[in-house]
Amino acid sequence: MIITRPRDWARIRANLDEIGAKKVFIMGCGECATVSHTGGEPEVLQAKVALEQQGREVTGWSVGEVACHSGGQRLEIRKHYGEIESADAVLVLACGAGVQTMADAVKKPVFPGLESVFLGNVVRHGQFEERCQMCGDCVLDKTAGICPVTTCPKGLLNGPCGGMWNGMCEVLTDRECAHVRIRRRLAEQGRAKSASPLPPKDNSKKLKPGRLDLRDRALGHATAPAAGPDSPDSGSAS
Amino acid sequence: MSRLQSALEAGEFVVTGEIAPPLGTDLSAMRRAVEVLGPVSTALNVTDNQGATLHLSSLAASRVVVDMGFEPIFQQTCRDRNRLALQSDLLAAATLDLVNVLVVTGDDPRGGDHPEAKGVFDLDSTQLLKVVSGMNEGHDMTGRPLKGGCDFFAGAAMFPEAEPWDIQIGRAVEKAEAGARFFQTQAIFDFDKLARATEAMHDAGSYVIAGILVLRSPKVIDFINAKLAGLMVPDDIASRIREADDPAEAAIQLAIEQVRAARNVADGVHVMALGLDDAVPRILREAGLEI
Repeated sequence: MIITRPRDWARIRANLDEIGAKKVFIMGCGECATVSHTGGEPEVLQAKVALEQQGREVTGWSVGEVACHSGGQRLEIRKHYGEIESADAVLVLACGAGVQTMADAVKKPVFPGLESVFLGNVVRHGQFEERCQMCGDCVLDKTAGICPVTTCPKGLLNGPCGGMWNGMCEVLTDRECAHVRIRRRLAEQGRAKSASPLPPKDNSKKLKPGRLDLRDRALGHATAPAAGPDSPDSGSAS
Repeated sequence: MSRLQSALEAGEFVVTGEIAPPLGTDLSAMRRAVEVLGPVSTALNVTDNQGATLHLSSLAASRVVVDMGFEPIFQQTCRDRNRLALQSDLLAAATLDLVNVLVVTGDDPRGGDHPEAKGVFDLDSTQLLKVVSGMNEGHDMTGRPLKGGCDFFAGAAMFPEAEPWDIQIGRAVEKAEAGARFFQTQAIFDFDKLARATEAMHDAGSYVIAGILVLRSPKVIDFINAKLAGLMVPDDIASRIREADDPAEAAIQLAIEQVRAARNVADGVHVMALGLDDAVPRILREAGLEI
């Protein structure tokens, strides 16, 4: 899930002041930002109060199902058409993807109300941790299911670095070194040599900007793996 | 060919010193340090934005050391450059007659003077060592042949006192296999652990140069314990300096003892004088080295 945190209100205020926005519509997100407690109903209502304290009118608000879904968001916009039409600006309490979905769908200035920080695991209620950076070139098979790209603050594929002390990380000193954890877990599983040493990352596999069309796969385009003897698609060929 | 390499291969006990390039373009202080340390050292490490703080580049500063008649160890961290820039600088280093290169990961930018900087770490130190080995074989990291090759004597860092030891030594052996012919260690306080490391690295075909830190004042000890990643001055050594009437002299005496101890268990010493450069010739002489 995409983890967000509240954006500095001074920046939001400056954004709205810059265009002289007196009337604002607020859009939340029923998915990640609701779980992050940054863009669900309670937070949207808090934002409403904050905007009203600034002397602005909130023409309406909504927390749709999921802010980054273009189709769903258009339906949500249709439901609140008049409220959005009468607003000078829209404040979106969702991740950057949700902000852009909104900005594409309405003709009003749209401003971010949150900062998008990482793709997070929900460790427990209200506690999130980044475990994957979506690099497009997964090494978890070699690293015992612990991602060094994400978990090591330097993102080193081979470690530990020289700062490791008693098994602890030099940057985040309250945490175990990711590479110590990887090597321990590999040793426990009897595959100590599996991780070492990993070759440099193929950064070209990180699609930037990311784009994926499932229809391409059906047509056998580049996003699909080449059919080979190990490919699940190759059944009829053998 | 690298004088450092010849000396190590001839079984000589080597001495390396540390030169910090300036923040700015005034090279006078750096030249003075080279003049003091150069004549008593086999080679001089020239640091690369040490501690993730901005300094003039190791590439240019290393060449200054060559021009002054001494041999530098060009340091390259993985922190500030991607694989294109790293290879490009290695090629430049070869044309500038920099024969030794020390490959290190580099401190995280968040601990330096530009904490907003992006840490690059496109390659890690093991991967970069492999790149250097490949360049010595005449190709870049994609396998394309170089017009005019390189002949670097490559080294890496290790910390014989870091636990867990099995992971530490496994890592150092990987670096040796990737092409590290010599290792310079973090500051040594426990010479039994140094002996253990040297034995293991000799088995892997590499030399070990022991880090000696001149702990010139209680303030320096506090700084090391608080700021330097992966380094802690043991209490007995710290109190010896703290309780001395003349901490600098106590630090020099300690360094003399340590160099003497290292002579039996390492292939050389890397003296980190922390500003006491002028004391280094005396430390080496009184430790019994012919300089």
